[in-house]
Amino acid sequence: MLVSNLEIIPGKEITEHFGLVQGSTVRSKHVGRDLMAGIKNIFGGELVGYTELLQEAREEAVERMKEQARAIGANAVVNVRFSTSSVTQGAAELFAYGSAVRLR
Amino acid sequence: MAQFQLEIAITLLLLFLGYIFGRHAEKSHFKSIIAREEQHQGLVAVSVKSPTQDDSTKPGMLVTGSVVISVDYFKRFLAALRTIFGGRVTSYETLLDRARREAILRMKEEAKKLNAERIYNIKLETSSISKSASGNIGAVEVLAYGTAVLRVNQ
Repeated sequence: MLVSNLEIIPGKEITEHFGLVQGSTVRSKHVGRDLMAGIKNIFGGELVGYTELLQEAREEAVERMKEQARAIGANAVVNVRFSTSSVTQGAAELFAYGSAVRLR
Repeated sequence: MAQFQLEIAITLLLLFLGYIFGRHAEKSHFKSIIAREEQHQGLVAVSVKSPTQDDSTKPGMLVTGSVVISVDYFKRFLAALRTIFGGRVTSYETLLDRARREAILRMKEEAKKLNAERIYNIKLETSSISKSASGNIGAVEVLAYGTAVLRVNQ
């Protein structure tokens, strides 16, 4: 399953379009990470725990998007976009979407 | 009265700690950013959407880089003061600058691992992921992503 945020997949030819596919996940931070974040809020710097959390969540969202694409018979997703939104205090939604296509 | 004095003392201590450690953290971060940017200069990353004729025959792949970064107590205090008079909030400007450059660098680092030649269609996305009760921005997340065109060995 090839993924790209261009309108094409370089080196391949698109033969069929299947429409929009999407994947999302809502993740919450946990108390330990929040404690570290509180400390970092005083001293400044990178919140490594949060970076990892969001990275993992984003990979999961992409994975779900790929699964959806696989289910409808596509073998690539083009024009992928990411979006993040905080749903409530302490939880964030990671969302990935794109167009499922078949390549030759 | 004693309690009030204690509160002021704690605030001053936090401001002092934030100033010392925050300044140090920012300085060393900028240093590492500048050094790594030089190192990755060979890998061109553009926001152009369509690859050149030559590149469009090579395999491509999505690459991402992200960072969550927080401002220190002292700078947050300065930013709060700024809202009284208005104007440029330099302390947040440098925070976002650091975050964006770091995210782009991480994306480039990932692309380098895949032996990429160029990165096309770079998108940057910024979101504030945690807000304190008073509504101040606590930390920002920046995500950079694009499509890496991989080098083909002849």
